[in-house]
Parts: sequence; C-alpha cells; structure tokens
Amino acid sequence: MSQFARNLQDQVARAEKGGSIPTDTPRSIIQIQNVTRKFGDFVAVNDVSLTIYEGELFSLLGGSGCGKTTLLRMLAGFETPSSGRILIDGQDMTHIPPFERPVNMMFQSYALFPHMTVEQNVAFGLKQDGMPSAEVKKRVAEMLDIVELSALGKRKPHQLSGGQRQRVALVRALAKRPKVLLLDEPLGALDKKLRERTQLELVNIQESLGVTFVVVTHDQEEAMTMSCRVAIMNQGRILQVDTPHAMYEYPNTRFVAEFFGSVNMFEGILVEDEADHVVIDCPELSRPIYVSHGVSGREGGTAYAAIRPEKVALSKEEPADTSRNCSTGVVQDIVYLGGESTYLVKLDSGRVVRVSLQNAYRAAEPEITWDDRVWISWQPSNVVVVSS
Amino acid sequence: MSKRSPFLISCMAFGFAFLYVPLLLLMIYSFNDSKLVTVWGGFSTRWYGELFQDDQILGAARTSLVIAAMSATLSTILGTICGLVLARFGRFRGRTLFSGMITAPLVMPEVITGLSILLLFVALEQLIGWPEGRGMTTITIAHVTFTMAYVTIIIQSRLGQMDESIEEAAMDLGARPLKVFFLITLPIIAPALLSGWLLSFTLSLDDLVIASFTAGPSSTTLPMVVFSSVRLGVTPKINALATLLVSAAAFCIVIAAIIMRRAERERERAIAKAMAEQEQM
Ligand SMILES: Nc1ncnc2c1ncn2[C@@H]1O[C@H](COP(=O)(O)OP(=O)(O)O)[C@@H](O)[C@H]1O
Ligand SMILES: [Mg+2]
Repeated sequence: MSQFARNLQDQVARAEKGGSIPTDTPRSIIQIQNVTRKFGDFVAVNDVSLTIYEGELFSLLGGSGCGKTTLLRMLAGFETPSSGRILIDGQDMTHIPPFERPVNMMFQSYALFPHMTVEQNVAFGLKQDGMPSAEVKKRVAEMLDIVELSALGKRKPHQLSGGQRQRVALVRALAKRPKVLLLDEPLGALDKKLRERTQLELVNIQESLGVTFVVVTHDQEEAMTMSCRVAIMNQGRILQVDTPHAMYEYPNTRFVAEFFGSVNMFEGILVEDEADHVVIDCPELSRPIYVSHGVSGREGGTAYAAIRPEKVALSKEEPADTSRNCSTGVVQDIVYLGGESTYLVKLDSGRVVRVSLQNAYRAAEPEITWDDRVWISWQPSNVVVVSS
Repeated sequence: MSKRSPFLISCMAFGFAFLYVPLLLLMIYSFNDSKLVTVWGGFSTRWYGELFQDDQILGAARTSLVIAAMSATLSTILGTICGLVLARFGRFRGRTLFSGMITAPLVMPEVITGLSILLLFVALEQLIGWPEGRGMTTITIAHVTFTMAYVTIIIQSRLGQMDESIEEAAMDLGARPLKVFFLITLPIIAPALLSGWLLSFTLSLDDLVIASFTAGPSSTTLPMVVFSSVRLGVTPKINALATLLVSAAAFCIVIAAIIMRRAERERERAIAKAMAEQEQM
C-alpha cells in the first residue's frame, strides 16, 4: 500500500467517526442509502447503506450470488433499487439512466465491441460526448499508452490475448474520466500469475488518475492487496466496512472472521463478562479463554472466540501460565508454504487447530515435527470475540 | 471406423442419387434439340434462345424477383423488430402468446394462410378501398406475413447468443438505446440479417400457393407460369429455365460458402497469433 492510500485511509476513518479537521476531509462521492433490490420474492440486495469517498479504491467482497454485481449494476444504472436512494457526487441518481451517469463500468466479460478496433472501442464513449475528433485521437493515444497497448490500436478484440483485452476494457471505461469507475471482477478471467501483476498495475493506474474505483471481487486476497476499504457482503447484506487491516484484526462477526483470512473459531460459554476482560469456557480447549477487552455479550450465553493461526504460539515446553489461553495436543500435519508453514495440531478434545509459523531460518530439520506433543498458547489481546 | 460398412455407403449413394439425378436429367434435357422432352434429339441451346424471347416468362421472372426483394427487405425489418422484442424485453405479459403467434405461420398450411389473407384483402378493399385489386403489392404483403416468422427466429436466436453486456457497455459509455441498436447491435447481428434476408428471398421466390391466392391478372410470378405451362405439357424451355435457376442458386451458395470459409480461417489465424503472443509474455 502506498503512502497516498494510507493517508486517505486515515482521513476516511476520521470522517466515518464524524470528527475531523475540515481541510483534509475526504469528499463522499457515492452515498447508498437503505437500498434494497428484490427479484420477485428474492431479496438480492437487502437494505444496504454505504458511503464511498473520492479517490478510494473500495472493494465489495463476498461469495458468489451474494448480490455484489446487483449492487454495482444499481450504481451504473442497469438496475433500479426497489427502495432506497443512490447519490453520486451529491446528486440523486436513483432513476437516472446509465447513459446520463458520471460513472463508467468495466464488465466482467469485458464486453468489448467485437466489430470495432481497439482504438474505436476506446474512442466510442468520447464520441458519444461529441468530443472533437482531434481531441479524441489524442485521448485514445494517451489511454492506450497507459496500458502499453499503443502498438495494437488497429487490432480487433478477437486478435488480442485475455490480458490485453482486460486492459482495453479498463482504458475504454476510463477514457471519459468518470468520477467513479465500477469494476466487476476485473481480474476474474486472468490466470493467477497475471492476476497478481495486474492487481498492482490497477492500483497504480487508480492512484495516478485519481479516479474512485469500486471493485467487485470474490477473492479475499485480492481485496486485501488492492483496497483502501473493503465491504463484506453476505446474502444481500453488508456485514462490515473497514480497512483490510481492521477487517483482519477486528472482524465483527463470525462470517467476516472466517471469510477474511483463515481463523481458528472456538465456540464457548461466556462465563465472566467484565468491562476490561471476558472469560469464555470452551469445551474443546482444556483451559478457558481469557480476552483482555470487554464485549457486549450476555453472561451465560454463547460466544465465539476467533484466533488467527499466526497469533498462536507453538512450543514443546509448558508456557509460563498454564491456567488459561493454552492447550495441549499432537502435531498431526505440517503444510510447508515456503515463507511459512502451517501446523495442524490435534488437541486432546479432537479439535484441530491451525498454527502458522514463519520459516525465518533455513534449518535442515524443523524443531517441531510430526507426532510431537506440543503446547499451543496465545496472548489475551490476540483473541477477538465475534457475534454469530 | 476403419472399415466402412457397404450398407451405409449404398444407402448414401442411393440418397444422393434420389436427390440429384432428377436435377441432372433436367439439366441434360435442357440441351435437347428435340421438342419432345423425353426423346434425345441431339445437343443444342435453342431452348435457351427461345426462353429469352418469351416475354411472359421474362415478365414473370422480373415480377418474382421484385416481389422477393421487396418482401425479403420488409420481413427482415419487421422480423428483426420482433426478434428484438422476444430476445430483449424479458418476461412481459402475453409474451408466450406473442411468440406463438409470430411463429404460427411456420406450421400453418399454406392454403389456409393464402385463403385467409385473400379474404382480408377483399374485406379491406370493401371497407377502405385499399388494396385496389390484387397484384404485386398484395403478394408482397402476403409473403411478408410468412417469411417474417423465419427472420424472427433467426434474429432471436442470434441475439440470444450475443453477450448482452456489450449493449450495456455502449449505453454505459453514453449512447442512447436507439444509437446502441444502430452502432452496436445491428453490425454484430448483420450476418444473421443477411441470412434472414436470403432465406426470405428464396421462400418468396419459391412460393406458388400463397401467390396464387393473392395474385391479380397482371401479376403472375415465375412459379405460377411454370406450373400452368407444365399442366399443358412440359416443354424443354421450362427445363432451360429450371437449369438457369438451379445454376444461379448453386453459384450463390458456393460464393457464400467461400466467403464464410475465408472469414473463418482469417479469424482462426488471428486467434492463434494472439495466443502465441500471450505465451511469449
Ligand atoms: N435479473 C435477475 N433476475 C432474477 N434474479 C437475479 C437477477 N440478477 C441477479 N439475480 C439473483 O440475485 C442474486 C445475486 O446476484 P449477483 O448480484 O449477480 O451476485 P454476485 O455478483 O455477488 O455473484 C443471485 O442469486 C441471482 O440469481
Ligand atoms: Mg457477479
């Protein structure tokens, strides 16, 4: 993440909290207010409210069929909300047709015009605006230069590779300098290697042009790499809107914790609920979980404690304090991933816990191996209590 | 399948013979010098000469071609609109009825189509005085009603294959729906339009029954002339006419096939090239 994006994140965070210095307040560019979209009885988008700020790269993340595309199509004007309002740059756009909105969309299938050359594709939107042809030419050359496709301007879409088509679709949508660019799974059709390279390219283009991007994706890593902020959707609802960092460290629901990165989820009973700490009794662990922050739960009720695999310590020795936040088990499997290894530890209760360790040294033999009896433990501050 | 079954081969040979031997005989006998169709009297092209002297046949040919061209053009326009409605307007009230009614002429007996249209024309003439009598206009209209169904089906299925987001992308870039249709949809489905037009043209040129119902005294089409003259006895002149028609049709098909093959090969080459470049990247 660049310094630019980091600053923007801070500003947005302040604006969302409501208190900020007026000079560096980011301007909200899209306001989605209580938008619902029904198809017959089926609710595809359910009472969504969102604010997206100028210059952000905002991701809508969620599994297939959760309503991401429908929400994006409502921003573009291809679907009308059943209820609610959409404001773009302060103006109510709920019932404005797509050809009059100051946003452009990059389609999942790219939707290039097959009977036009690359140049004609990029020029299409400019011509609709009645831009003089000399200027159109200049802008098209400029746009193709950005994605290094200047040499292929005379080709037809079917004469391009998948990666090249993707870039043509991108600059065609950017050519009109829209206030917001909507991207529906922009990297979905590319292979893994190309996708990783293109992620960074996309962020660079976004920052250098200063256009707000709203990206729909189902890929958690992609959202984490590219976005200023992420909204996680499930079954038409938005569960959480946050920076990737906050989303990972402080998920607010079980779904978010499990969807955004891998996690060890423990279900237990809230036995002690104080302002500065809580204790959860989990039958799968031999000791209770002690969490060093308060939660708004009901004593005696069910609680979920989420612990990320890299925040679990693994050792053959007994930890200093064995009264809480630890358990014993046997190493069942080790998954070597290059930079790190994931240990699958089978606890005495039968529950398998994932533990990630950095492979910082090139030791011939790992210290802990299969079938070793080990202790797992974690810090009270590294546990997040989430609601179901 | 290394060993081809002799049974299948003879079946195929028989089938082809059944299709093409009559045509071949007809072509051969068109060069027959004899006035009797079935007796070979030596090679000559005199019937072709006589054919081009026959004003009735030439006039009928012209009438047929004009009607075919007009009705094909009209039914392509109307059929495209119907296809667009069926493919793009989603589910609307009465859609099933609408699509059923459009395609009904495909299965309706021609005699009934012809008769009902004739009754309509007569009723219309009494009511509003149009169409005045029957002639090329009435035949054209009648042909449009049944060729339109074919065009509708062709266009509908082509639009069904087309990625709808292409049209949405054009709209997203600022084109109004009508402009999207003319700048994007129409060029993409142009080949389907052409094949729809050609099919309508051929159907209209072929039609005897509906034309007989809706024709007036001054508007005899080629099939009508052929049919009535054959009733008086087949003359070698008709053989000559048929030979010309078959040759023209075959010529058109071959040209169309060559054009399509060439376009297809070019496309494949382009795709292969793009793939190779992608691998180098
Ligand atoms: N035009 C439509 N008619 C009926 N149902 C639709 C339509 N568009 C989307 N849906 C339904 O809405 C749900 C959400 O779709 P979509 O927004 O495309 O999901 P996503 O992009 O998150 O995978 C899906 O279950 C889909 O079947
Ligand atoms: Mg989608």
